[in-house]
Amino acid sequence: MRKEVPLIITFLAGAFFIADYFIPHTGFSDLAAKINGWAIIVLAASYILGVLNILRINYGRVAKREKDWILKLILVLCMFFMLGAGIFGGITEGTLFDWFFVNTFTPMQATMFALLAFYIASAAFRAFRVRTVQAALLAITAVLVMIGRVPIGETIWKSFPDFTEWIMNVPQLAGKRAILIGAALGAIATGLKVITGLERTYMGQD
Amino acid sequence: MGAFLTLGIISFLYKDNPWYKFCEALFVGISAGYWFCTVFWSQFVAKLWDNIYPTAGQPRQYVYLVGGILGLMMLLRLVPKIGWFSRWPLAFVVGGTAGAYLIGYALSNGMKQVKSTILPLWVSGNLNATVGNIILVVGTFCGLIYFFFSKEQKGTYGKVAKLGIFFLMITFGASFGYTVMARMSLLIGRMDFLFGTWLGLIK
Repeated sequence: MRKEVPLIITFLAGAFFIADYFIPHTGFSDLAAKINGWAIIVLAASYILGVLNILRINYGRVAKREKDWILKLILVLCMFFMLGAGIFGGITEGTLFDWFFVNTFTPMQATMFALLAFYIASAAFRAFRVRTVQAALLAITAVLVMIGRVPIGETIWKSFPDFTEWIMNVPQLAGKRAILIGAALGAIATGLKVITGLERTYMGQD
Repeated sequence: MGAFLTLGIISFLYKDNPWYKFCEALFVGISAGYWFCTVFWSQFVAKLWDNIYPTAGQPRQYVYLVGGILGLMMLLRLVPKIGWFSRWPLAFVVGGTAGAYLIGYALSNGMKQVKSTILPLWVSGNLNATVGNIILVVGTFCGLIYFFFSKEQKGTYGKVAKLGIFFLMITFGASFGYTVMARMSLLIGRMDFLFGTWLGLIK
């Protein structure tokens, strides 16, 4: 029951969605859409687990008055506030939930990502200190792509944007295709291993 | 409020400080609440509730209750004694995703990319296209050779693989350049907000 049933379910679910590609029948596609709906509901339930997990972890720290417990309390209160506003007031435009999303979540998320510019630059500097042909190629391509995408590139050399476009469409695309084909082969192999039960790590330990 | 939070996050550039920590806690809490509510309305309500309690005139689709039961089984993970039941919905999602992605990846990332790489190596009267096609085909082939680890990469084979690494480095460099540009664009956006929208210094 603990091992065999999940393996059978995995096989049946995997085989069903593969079969969906090969059976062009409306009835079968409708059934696939319904079963896909089940998966979406299960994934939605996993978000409940996520929220409960956040609560479990932070409740312990607040209860024990551990270091930065006030911040953990703020975190939990903010989460409950958004949950309350979103579930009872809705998430459409003009709601309290939407107001908080626009005025708190959006600016903080954009700033967090913007900060990464500094850390990427710092990491790049350290990476480029490794003096190899590969590192030089990476750095030169990055610089060329960046300059070619801003007005100063065209000021330096009229054909700079075209040259950048050529880099993107030819050598960059060659590497990208190799990665995509390699990833596809990897995904096929991993998928088959999961469906046939050779890969079971998702079940965790006994 | 936007400016206060933006400055709080930026303050991390100086060092980790209470203002940043406060903003971070706020961000994590709001994010968790935001994503849960979005999923609640767009997936839970839309797929489960609306199908079981549809608008007038629509038939009830009890088949979606199976999804609800599987979802409940997922929550059993919180009860140690019967936590193993959560493997069933997990197995369903993992198996279904593996099946759907297997064909999806094979078609879009595999077949389509291979098909697009089978190009003529001589384009009459167009040197640019000829050179481009040769580089594209050779680069893709060498890149794939690099990913083939079943044979030791030395000798001629190793040289081909090394050429593949060069193409991969160009790809990573271009991606890096794009990422930096995107982050810079966001930073400019935040500065525009602070100095334009908030302080009114930029007209």
